[in-house]
Amino acid sequence: MTNTKGWVTGVNGNMVSVRVEGPVALNEVAFIEIGGKRLKAEVIRIRGDIVQTQVFEMTKGITVGLPVVFSGEMLAVELGPGLLGKIYDGLQNPLPEVAKQTGYFLEPGVYLDALPRATKWAWTPVAKPGDRVEKADLLGTVPEGTFTHQIMVPFGLLETYTVKSVKPAGQYTIQDEMVVLADAAGATISLTMMFEWPVKRAIDCYAERLKPTVPMVTKTRIIDTFFPVAKGGTYCVPGPFGAGKTVLQQVTSRNADVDIVIIAACGERAGEVVETLIEFPELIDPKTGRSLMERTIIVCNTSSMPVAAREASVYTAVTMAEYYRQMGLNVLLLADSTSRWAQAMREMSGRLEEIPGEEAFPAYLESVIAGFYERAGIVRLKSGAIGSVTIGGTVSPAGGNFEEPVTQATLKVVGAFHGLSRERSDARKYPAIHPLDSWSKYSSVIDGKAVAWAHYFLERGSEVGQMMKVVGEEGTSLDDFLIYLKGEFLDAVYLQQNSFDAVDASVSTERQSLMFSRVVKVLGSRFEFKDKEEARGWFNKLRQMFLDANSIEWATDKFRDADRAILDFLAAKVSGLDAAAGRIIENLERAV
Amino acid sequence: MKKVYSRIESIAGNVIAVKADGVAYGELAEVSTRFGMSLAEVIRLDGGLVSLQVFAGGRGISTGDEVRFLGNPMRVSFSDDLKGRIFNGAGEPRDKGPALTENLIPIGGPSVNPTKRIIPKEMIRTGIPMIDLFNTLVKSQKLPIFSVSGEPYNQLLARIAMQAEVDLIVLGGMGLKYDDYLYFKETLEEGGALQKTIMFVNTAADPVVECLMVPDISLAVAERFALKGLNVLVLLTDMTNFADSLKEIAITQEQVPSNRGYPGDLYSQLASRYEKAVDFADSGSITILAVTTMPGDDVTHPVPDNTGYITEGQFYLKGGRIEPFGSLSRLKQQVNGKTRADHRAIMDGMIKLFAAYRDTLEKKSMGFQMSAWDSKLLKYGELFEAQMMDLSVNIPLEGALDKGWEILAACFEPQETGLQTKLLDQFWPKKSH
Repeated sequence: MTNTKGWVTGVNGNMVSVRVEGPVALNEVAFIEIGGKRLKAEVIRIRGDIVQTQVFEMTKGITVGLPVVFSGEMLAVELGPGLLGKIYDGLQNPLPEVAKQTGYFLEPGVYLDALPRATKWAWTPVAKPGDRVEKADLLGTVPEGTFTHQIMVPFGLLETYTVKSVKPAGQYTIQDEMVVLADAAGATISLTMMFEWPVKRAIDCYAERLKPTVPMVTKTRIIDTFFPVAKGGTYCVPGPFGAGKTVLQQVTSRNADVDIVIIAACGERAGEVVETLIEFPELIDPKTGRSLMERTIIVCNTSSMPVAAREASVYTAVTMAEYYRQMGLNVLLLADSTSRWAQAMREMSGRLEEIPGEEAFPAYLESVIAGFYERAGIVRLKSGAIGSVTIGGTVSPAGGNFEEPVTQATLKVVGAFHGLSRERSDARKYPAIHPLDSWSKYSSVIDGKAVAWAHYFLERGSEVGQMMKVVGEEGTSLDDFLIYLKGEFLDAVYLQQNSFDAVDASVSTERQSLMFSRVVKVLGSRFEFKDKEEARGWFNKLRQMFLDANSIEWATDKFRDADRAILDFLAAKVSGLDAAAGRIIENLERAV
Repeated sequence: MKKVYSRIESIAGNVIAVKADGVAYGELAEVSTRFGMSLAEVIRLDGGLVSLQVFAGGRGISTGDEVRFLGNPMRVSFSDDLKGRIFNGAGEPRDKGPALTENLIPIGGPSVNPTKRIIPKEMIRTGIPMIDLFNTLVKSQKLPIFSVSGEPYNQLLARIAMQAEVDLIVLGGMGLKYDDYLYFKETLEEGGALQKTIMFVNTAADPVVECLMVPDISLAVAERFALKGLNVLVLLTDMTNFADSLKEIAITQEQVPSNRGYPGDLYSQLASRYEKAVDFADSGSITILAVTTMPGDDVTHPVPDNTGYITEGQFYLKGGRIEPFGSLSRLKQQVNGKTRADHRAIMDGMIKLFAAYRDTLEKKSMGFQMSAWDSKLLKYGELFEAQMMDLSVNIPLEGALDKGWEILAACFEPQETGLQTKLLDQFWPKKSH
């Protein structure tokens, strides 16, 4: 705590004005003292001796004149071993521990240690006395679940230091002194396994930022093949309510090909988080054979929890993501929903009586959103290892209209856009990602030209479909009708995926390649049908065969039989193959 | 510490301001005017200036009227004596019963710790096929009824109140037409459900500020009963009036409006109420059904739009019926797998056929020729609307499922329904002739 003193002078919603004596910093944490409790707040504006703070709690009961103390520190999170598997609120309060203390309800003013103090960790020293070290250099390691958690020089130590002493291998808690450093002047610095880092400052202790090129496989076909996400990239999922944003994120959080997943449930329904909370410990991560929870951190500040903490929650999450990236790990941050975060900013901006921008969002909305997504990235660390933070944010646009400010500001800065459509979700097409509106700037698990070739059928098919609504089937030529059927076929057997089917719910890239080449074969084939009725009937049968094959386990005889049956069924009707399709299939088969 | 202030600095709309010390945010005060006493709540502190919203409204308040701070936030009495009683938005009796002052509890309490929540698992039976069969209501669910003014949403609420298998019903009326208030009262009295009902009713003639209190009072009471082990159903009508009251106060307070005049925190305000729906692991539960009228049948209007993002689905009431399209219970999957083997199949199968019927209707209206299949669908659609969708239909789930098979058998051959052979063998009605 600093010597700065303050007294409450005004309360407006969750904004509390304070008269101060002494220096204060912007974004400094302050505590309002009320009835033996301390309510956490953050300084968000300073005008002369009056500062405005946003309070991370309900403000009921605060009176003018209450004392306020200042911490001198910005809002920070604890970083160290023990973060994995935890469930935090937006301020890194461990919710299960809070529940032990306060029961069913979240009482204001209860702040607990984010990292367990009593746990002993098996320390293996790496640094030796006499070593010269800088911020983020490795001092030692402890095992955390299946990971080797690196204990690093705190990122806030900006000089070069000499290691004075290092504890020998053994069991220690995170508060034990592990390493002593000496700076140039000879002053010693005592280090433990944990340190704090302000959430609103990006961690940048890496050698260089790389271009995201490696796909982050989600095992969802429409994403991996058509609208891919790269490790270290960013993407957004806007969609009206009920279009399946949260379900898509839940599926991604299970299947994504990354080391660690951080879920920031930001201002959404508590019930949805509960599903994750209860299911994840039961689910097994196929990569490690351990519970999914061991690679997951949940930051949950649901819609009825204090709004200011909601604003902080996405920063809390991304800071922990950056911390694990610093160990050479691939981290995925899923933020659901960034609109609620933007709304939290809007509420505060309104109380500060700032001049509003579009739909009353603050004028700095775009730069704040850009700043957040820019914290993603794939980096080469000083050790040479590669680590990444990928950010996927859902957007909940008012009225499902993508023209609104949050969606637009997000689209400017992300690398992929998975727009969910009401139309597709009403038709029970899962995932409801719209194949014509969505885009991605990253490279697919399948050759880009092949994907574009297939995508053409979706575009043309949709055009013909629109036309048919006007002129009817009678007025459509058989050739056009075939393109329409091919487009629908691609949609039904490849873009859509049955999330309830154990096999179809997650599809490996290998399988995607094979199925894609089969689909290309259908799309590129010439057929001789008598009439539309015959064509429709034939395609219906083919579709059923593909759907059946989709739910058969990969690399089994049963699957190979189904695959052969498809090829035979196709061969019996085909009268020729398009040259471009032939080349694509050749390339794909060579890859498989 | 009951200080009295006799100089009101400003009066704007329902908000007055006085210079006062030691006043807490959210504290209550009494304002005595020539029309009598009214409660007021502190909504802003700015230096020495305290802004209060007056429950009875600002009309007729004089700058010389007295303001007396009570030293406590808004509270409501909680005991079993509440059952069967009717109160207004300030918690004062609306019936002829005595005022309750015992065991006061604060309203608008803190949120439930998400880690203490459990996955909902029990259905609430209502006897309405469109709910029980197609969009099952689940204990601890929060569901709005989206509807246009003029639809019988209050009749629907009253019916659910009468028939739902719950221990206690808390009815919160906001800006309710007086007729509707009487309708609720009479229906519940006649049905003998009044004894397990507590009503907090703000009618359209009552002050706007009291309307704002209704959800919080209703939910605070419901929460206490739920913690005592009761399964409580909270019915709120109409949340759009609540949102409009928020808008009114925000505009008077000169807050920057965000969307169509509504305040920027509309989402958080609605969410903090709806999220009170909960199933306490070793105790009772709160389920919320709330009417949200959609101005101009526009689901993108800020109130239904924000509501849709908060709630777990919605019932869409249109043309006096719960529409199968647009209605959704997000939690139904949690319960409809363990009711009866044919529940999910009938639910999906009948809706798919009903969608086909709607297409046929469209084709028919455009003058296309009707095939034999189309005629079957037309017959099916009419039966479905009359025997399933009509709000007067009142049968338990099992009856509704049997009725579903009957309707299917009356219109189609078994293989035309798209249902699994296994189910057809088990459930397809045997022809008597």
